Amino acid sequence: MTGWLGPEEWQAVGLSVKVAFWATLLSLPPGILAAYALARWEFRGKQLLNGLIHLPLILPPVVTGYLLLMTFGRRGPVGAWLEEVFGLVLAFRWTGAVLAAAVMAFPLMVRAIRLAIEAVDPRLEQAAATLGAPRWAVFFTVTLPLILPGVIAGSALAAAKAMGEFGATITFVSNIPGETRTLPSAIYSFMQVPGGEAPALRLVAVSVAVALLALAASELLARRAARRISGT
Amino acid sequence: MSLVVDIRHAFGGFALDVSFEAPAGITALFGRSGSGKTSVVNAVAGLLRPREGRIVVEGETVFDAGARMSLPPHRRRLGYVFQDARLFPHLSLRQNLTYGLRFAPRGASGPSPEEVAELLGLTALLDRRPGALSGGEKQRVAIGRALLSRPRMLLMDEPLAALDAARKAEILPYLERLRDRTGLPILYVSHAVPEVARLATTVVVLDHGKVVRAGPAERVLSDPDMVRQIGVREAGAVLPAVVTRHHADGLSELELSGGRVFLPAFDLAPGERTRVRILAHDVILSREAPVGLSALNILPATVIALREGSGPGVMVQMQCGEDRLLARITRRSADALALAPGVGVHAVIKSVSVARIDIGGG
Repeated sequence: MTGWLGPEEWQAVGLSVKVAFWATLLSLPPGILAAYALARWEFRGKQLLNGLIHLPLILPPVVTGYLLLMTFGRRGPVGAWLEEVFGLVLAFRWTGAVLAAAVMAFPLMVRAIRLAIEAVDPRLEQAAATLGAPRWAVFFTVTLPLILPGVIAGSALAAAKAMGEFGATITFVSNIPGETRTLPSAIYSFMQVPGGEAPALRLVAVSVAVALLALAASELLARRAARRISGT
Repeated sequence: MSLVVDIRHAFGGFALDVSFEAPAGITALFGRSGSGKTSVVNAVAGLLRPREGRIVVEGETVFDAGARMSLPPHRRRLGYVFQDARLFPHLSLRQNLTYGLRFAPRGASGPSPEEVAELLGLTALLDRRPGALSGGEKQRVAIGRALLSRPRMLLMDEPLAALDAARKAEILPYLERLRDRTGLPILYVSHAVPEVARLATTVVVLDHGKVVRAGPAERVLSDPDMVRQIGVREAGAVLPAVVTRHHADGLSELELSGGRVFLPAFDLAPGERTRVRILAHDVILSREAPVGLSALNILPATVIALREGSGPGVMVQMQCGEDRLLARITRRSADALALAPGVGVHAVIKSVSVARIDIGGG
């Protein structure tokens, strides 16, 4: 198994999986919250929030990466604060790749979860409230189970996007082997050197396989969850 | 008082101005669709916040616009049975039933899930999912679920409206058992007279967002002024009765305060209290004691009032023992019999005309 991929290539695959995993996991709580706010709450600045969340989808990824660098770089306002208070450095680290992937994948995740929340009958939540459930309990016992298929679908989309994120990542955290050289960066790098076509091709194959696998798994999970909540 | 409601609200050109008190037992909020019944129940449950007024449940103020206080629904402890069951599709029936139990105050007592399942005939279904249930079964689960949240009062918004006659007949006995066994006060919204006549101890009549009549069920339903709300076809008197004996020829004998009546046999034991509903258009009036008549039920009565409608009919209200009877006859007959307040008459009722569904325990 290890034979057909070189150590450098394994490193890139492993890093990409790690980055996608953390980006998806850390996006979930704010993603669900943002989706809930957009679907259910009326507040001032709702359209602004909506626009802000969707911005990475429309902006050139390089621009997003550049903005991240300006904000979260070691001399950026948030980056400097993070380093000073938590000793956390994002720029040119794999943690920064997680942030870049999360920001780029966020709108896809929020969209899927928001659709799921809008499909939940608020009258069920009302019924739960009349049965004595406080708001947080209504969310965890009624809303969340009912939107689970949407959460799974959104997570799968986000993970796939995070695996393949290139523009913002390379701008924000560069392309450092073993630290920030994810699958797409590795493919790009191999293509820049003579004789790199073979490893590039192998990584392309891995990318396709991983994407298909993630899609199939999420489809299966979502279907199972949907069956569970259909009430039959 | 179990419940004191005094609220005013306005939305979309509709003004709600409702004030009533509900004693123990079943209080029916009665009125045509659009009369504001559901809005009142939603206000009591905390799902609608009225502009003005206050609501007191079992002595506790749950809403007071003047003091800017409104308990959120989950802290009012009112079990709400919606017209459309609203079962949680992702939970089994057992989980649906016990949903409210974990949020109930620790000290609250009440029937166990097993007892509720038994009371509502759900024991065999507990491991099923709500998706495969019939409408009647769903509504029974919804009632049990509300009951198990240990409420101080039950709110029911047309719980039978979405069901066909057979399913209604299936659930009504459970509601009667609930009323008679648990003693829980119930606010029951309905626009169906037979349901109200069978279940309600108190009736509050709503029309265009206002209370037009309120009082004990027998009094309100036997009031000729109610004809406009109830409709001529459904108008009738509700009388308390005691079962005296069952006869071998398929008839059961009941004692009313003004005499005895025979009905097709039913399954209540002698000595049990019940109610009979006698529709106004099933009553024939006679000045003399009739002889040679096939009708078995003849009750002596005294005319209290006559109320003329727009058509050729007259609604005659009569005192019969301690209770009241209604008869709908033509104006021509009323003139021919010289009916006037104080006149003694004999009310002739065909026994077969009192339907089984109109006989309720209580």
